[in-house]
Amino acid sequence: MIDMMNANYAAAHAARLARVDVAAVYPITPQTSISEKLAEMVQKGEMDAKFMMMESEHSAMSALIGASYVGARTFTATSSHGLALMHEMLMWAVGARRPIVMPVAARTIGGPWNIWGEHQDVITERDTGWLQIFCENNQEVLDTVLMAYRVAEDPEVMLPIMVIEDGFILSHTVDIVDVPEQEKVDRFLPPFTPEYPVDVNRPMRHGGLVMPDWWTEFRHRIYQSQEVARAKLLEAEKAFEEIFGRSYGGMMEYYRCDDADAILVVAGSAAGTAKEVADRFREEGKKVGVAKLRVFRPFPAAEVRRLGDMSSTIGVFDRSYTFGDGGAMFNEVRSALQPGDSVLKDYVGGLGGRDVTVKNMEWIFDDLLRISAAGKADRTVEWIGLKDGTGRW
Amino acid sequence: MYKTYKDLPAEPVAFQSTEDVMTGNWRSIRPVLDENKCIRCYMCWKFCPDMSMVVEKEGDYPRIDLDHCKGCGICSNECPRGAIRMEREIL
Repeated sequence: MIDMMNANYAAAHAARLARVDVAAVYPITPQTSISEKLAEMVQKGEMDAKFMMMESEHSAMSALIGASYVGARTFTATSSHGLALMHEMLMWAVGARRPIVMPVAARTIGGPWNIWGEHQDVITERDTGWLQIFCENNQEVLDTVLMAYRVAEDPEVMLPIMVIEDGFILSHTVDIVDVPEQEKVDRFLPPFTPEYPVDVNRPMRHGGLVMPDWWTEFRHRIYQSQEVARAKLLEAEKAFEEIFGRSYGGMMEYYRCDDADAILVVAGSAAGTAKEVADRFREEGKKVGVAKLRVFRPFPAAEVRRLGDMSSTIGVFDRSYTFGDGGAMFNEVRSALQPGDSVLKDYVGGLGGRDVTVKNMEWIFDDLLRISAAGKADRTVEWIGLKDGTGRW
Repeated sequence: MYKTYKDLPAEPVAFQSTEDVMTGNWRSIRPVLDENKCIRCYMCWKFCPDMSMVVEKEGDYPRIDLDHCKGCGICSNECPRGAIRMEREIL
C-alpha cells in the first residue's frame, strides 16, 4: 500500500511486518516516534508484541538480550546519548550472538546540547561488532529493517544489526513509502528459530565465563560471521528484489561511476543530494560519480577497491569526525585502497543538523575535479561550509 | 570438554553443570565449623551464595563443600554463635 510517512513510522511498520515479538524502548529525540508508533500499534492490536517501556536504553538492550535467548524476535530503536548509554550492552549483544535489529535515528552526541542529525553516534559504535547499514530514504529504512532480520537471524550470522536513518532529515520528513503486504513479508522472512533457546527441558548456561583458553575462538567466530554476512546481505537483497521489486545496490551502490574523473563516497541521506548533483554535472559533461556507502559494517573493502579502478580521484564525505587523522569513513576508504591508487580527500560536513545542500555538493565535486586535473589534493581534510572568514566558503 | 575450535557451539553456551567447575581452588581462607558451638540454625546454609553449606537432612551439622566454597566468609559473618572461623589456606 502506497502511503506517506517519515522514516520513523516506516521503521515501526517494518517491525510490525516482521512480526516482532518483543520491543523494549526508551524514548530519545529523534527516535521517539518509532516507539510511539509501536506503542500505538500494539495498543490497537495491530501488532502482537510485548511492548516494554524501560528505565534506560541500557536496560532496553539488556531486556532484548534476555528475550532473544528465549527465542523472541526483538526490536528497539535509539539515538545519540541513548546509543552511547547502550554501549556496554551493544558489546554484550554481539558476544551473546543475539540477532537484535535496531533502527538508529543518527544524531550528534553532546556536549553542548544538539539534538539534530549527523553520524557521530553510530560511527562511535563501529567497533562493537554490530552490522551497520546506512539508509538514503524512508523506503530504504522500511525495506532494510526487513532484510536485516533475515540476515541477523541466519544461523551463520547471528549478529545484531543497526539500520541507520539520518536524524530529522529522514526520521521527521514525510515521503512516499510503499508498505508491503504481510503475506509477501511472511514469504521473505521466516520465523526466528534459534539453535539454543532457553528451555527447561534442555538445561544450559548462557552468558557464563569464558576463560582465556576459548575467548579468542569466540571472538574469531564473530569476525567470521561478519565475513559471512557480506554474502548473506547480498542474498537477502536479491530475494527481497524478487518479491518486492526493489533493491539498493548491495554493500556499495555505484552511481554514474563509469569513466568518472572523480567519485564521492557518501553514506545516508546526503547520497541522494550527491546523486542529484552528479546528474547535473553529467549533463554539463563533467564526469563525476557517487559511491553510496550503504553497508559500513562489515566494511565493503573489495567494493571500495573497485573505486580505485574506476577513478583516480576519490572524495569521502564524513558526517562526523573521529578526532584523529581524518574522518572514520575517509580512513576506512583510504585503508581499503591500494597505496598510490587514487588521490583522496576527506570532506567533513552536515554536522549538528546543518544541511548538506546542493551548493555544498557542487563545491565538493568542483573541488574534486580540480584535484583530478592537478593530480594532487590541496589538503587531506576539508571542513565544508566552515565560517572561518577566509572567503573559501 | 572441547578439543578443537570445531567442537565449540556456535554461541557461547554451556551444557556442562556449574557443579563441574571446581571453584574451591579460588579460596585463600577456608571456613572451619566448630560443632561444639553450632546450634544447627542453618543460617550459614541460607546465606552461602554458592550452596557450599550442605545439609543432607534436618538435624545434621552442615557439611562444607570445599570443592566449591570460594572462601568468601559470609557463613562465618552470619553465624549467630561464632561457630565458623576462617583459617588461612596453607600452600
